[in-house]
Amino acid sequence: MLRYVVNRILLMIPTLIAISIIVFAIIQLPPGNYLESYIAELQSQGESVDPQKIAFLKQEYGLDKPLPEQYLRWAAGMLKGDFGYSFEFNLPVTKVVGDRMFLTIIVSAFTILFTWAVAFPIGIYSATHQYSWGDYGLSLLGFLGIAIPNFMLALVMLYVANVVFGTTIGGLMDPSFIGKPWSWAKVVSILEHSWIPVFIIGAGGTAGMIRKMRANLLDELQKQYVVTARAKGLPPGKVLRKYPLRMALNFFISDIGSLLPHIISGAEITAVVLSLPTTGPMLLQALKSQDMYLAGSFLMFLAFMIVVGVLISDLALVALDPRIRLQGGVAR
Amino acid sequence: MSAAAPSATMGGPAPVPATGSSALVPVGDAPGHLVSKAAFDPQSAVRLTPEQEHFYLASQWMLMWWKFKRHKVAVASAVILLLMYGSTLVTEFLVPYNLHSRHPDFIYASPQSVHWVHEGKLVGPFVYPLIKTLNMDTLKREYSEDTAKPYPVRFFCSGDKYEFWGLFEASFHLVCPPEGASLFMLGTDRLGRDVLSRIFYGARISLTIGLLGIFISFVLGLVFGGIAGYFGGIPDMLIQRVIEIIRSFPELPLWMALSAVLPVTWSPLLVYFGITGILALLDWTGLARAVRSKLLALREEDYCTAARLMGASPKRIITRHLLPGFMSHLIAAASLSIPSMILGETALSFLGIGLRPPITSWGVLLNEAQNINVVALYPWLMAPVIPVIIVILAFNFFGDGLRDAADPYR
Repeated sequence: MLRYVVNRILLMIPTLIAISIIVFAIIQLPPGNYLESYIAELQSQGESVDPQKIAFLKQEYGLDKPLPEQYLRWAAGMLKGDFGYSFEFNLPVTKVVGDRMFLTIIVSAFTILFTWAVAFPIGIYSATHQYSWGDYGLSLLGFLGIAIPNFMLALVMLYVANVVFGTTIGGLMDPSFIGKPWSWAKVVSILEHSWIPVFIIGAGGTAGMIRKMRANLLDELQKQYVVTARAKGLPPGKVLRKYPLRMALNFFISDIGSLLPHIISGAEITAVVLSLPTTGPMLLQALKSQDMYLAGSFLMFLAFMIVVGVLISDLALVALDPRIRLQGGVAR
Repeated sequence: MSAAAPSATMGGPAPVPATGSSALVPVGDAPGHLVSKAAFDPQSAVRLTPEQEHFYLASQWMLMWWKFKRHKVAVASAVILLLMYGSTLVTEFLVPYNLHSRHPDFIYASPQSVHWVHEGKLVGPFVYPLIKTLNMDTLKREYSEDTAKPYPVRFFCSGDKYEFWGLFEASFHLVCPPEGASLFMLGTDRLGRDVLSRIFYGARISLTIGLLGIFISFVLGLVFGGIAGYFGGIPDMLIQRVIEIIRSFPELPLWMALSAVLPVTWSPLLVYFGITGILALLDWTGLARAVRSKLLALREEDYCTAARLMGASPKRIITRHLLPGFMSHLIAAASLSIPSMILGETALSFLGIGLRPPITSWGVLLNEAQNINVVALYPWLMAPVIPVIIVILAFNFFGDGLRDAADPYR
């Protein structure tokens, strides 16, 4: 067991290195570097450029050095918690980001819980009542959930809240808590405000999850062990609880790998529409103004989150499923 | 075997039974029949009726078509998609206004309804002209209908001039606004452009970006999946790792980053191809995995071994036996991943980092509805989301039907 865990964590390292190389390549993609255009912009506005600062930045990033060295500098800085320098805000990235990344994690985690809480019972109902009206209705709802872009759902909810209920939604906490240190009241406020974004972000993923859960459970229900259990006289509820459901539970955890990228994508765009204080709006702004170090660290962080999420799901699967635990094989 | 056995024991007295066909010849008076010279007829036992023959000897594609036809929702979706793609060919003719024709007098006009009955009399489709009033309290343009006189909508008429496929100039339209009135069935935007016409024009970009993107990703998936599945070993491992890494990126943020770094100097058309490429670049992994696993599974099938034993060349095995075996699955998988591309483009353009204005897609149109104030005051600007939903649903059902039909023998 311990060996598996260590192996699995070691396996993460090459993946993260590859991801960081891709992110660094994206940072370098825009023609010219930010510093040059920044200086040009300042000069065109007639402002003086502090040569000391330019020299500092050049030295800090080794902008005059060859690319591999720049990459190593950047990657080493990240390991030390230095994510680079946001040229637009004139601050280190870590200062600009604040607790946005933490809030992104919270929203994503809530969304996963929401997805499970909704998809699990509905998936079971759909599978056990196949081809009933309830199944058809829920399937249609699920398809709509897939088809409606979540930014549109966010807009419509904004519209409904605004026009019908006369309230505003958006934001993740009461405005009075913004920028304040963490307190219990702030946590409560976040909980109160986060259910709408969680619903919007989760809608698409939940719909997909219901379809997969239904298909999986239908497969399981046709297997012979179910027939055996029925034949020996177990009541239907117990048959379901004791055998096929446990198989389906496995899939719920192993599917995080495909659910998490989906949720994070949805969270980014929903956050832009609802102007949540998460990574979304700032990533968009950073990309639009080509503040590449800021954008790059967001990208790196999101990818890192997914890799860690998959790791957690793999480890949970090992703890849950004796077949994987005993064989020592890699999940998935 | 039986031919080799006696030769091994040559020399000694052979008590072995006579070999070959001679063993089958009964001793004594043989009937006049040894081996039938007639061609083998598999139907000698049971002759198929013409109906059965029609069914049993049908080609794989024929079977698929039959099975697909049974999935009514999928067929309906296919028809809808066909109509939508067909409409992009003749958009100029179908819509009442041009993509860029502005109506400065009708800015943010609310949707105009088409009436049939005027003062208790059936007139046919007609509209009432819009009257604009400026509400001095809210400073909002308010539009009302002047119900004094009906203005019948014109059909097969001449209206805005356009250049058809860039070949010749024409002004022939299916519907035109009546003389002296306007026809804004879904309202107008901030420059007074007809939203309905723009949705039709937007379909051109939004629908083709899905097809073009899936074509690129299909080719990439076939090549990389094929290499991984066919060669195995190190190339397989490398490609698997790359796929894993690409899949551990969140799709949308990576799309955002890549499309944000497209040079600003690029022409809108180049940006269109750039965005398509970016969408395809992250999408091929699913298809490649499907190709690989299918190749690995089918390579070991009995019919493949049989073909090899009969001396078929690898080329013949791949093109004749393997490809048809999983092509249908791939097409189904591809049609299921078109929606995510269309949604991706819509999301990028909605955020303002995808396609850029003169090029009009549904996402570009929705970009206007980004602001909550706009949404509250002019909700009709959200209309382009309706075709998006219809297309996504249609592709999903269509793909479902294809997937079921792809395995007609089940």
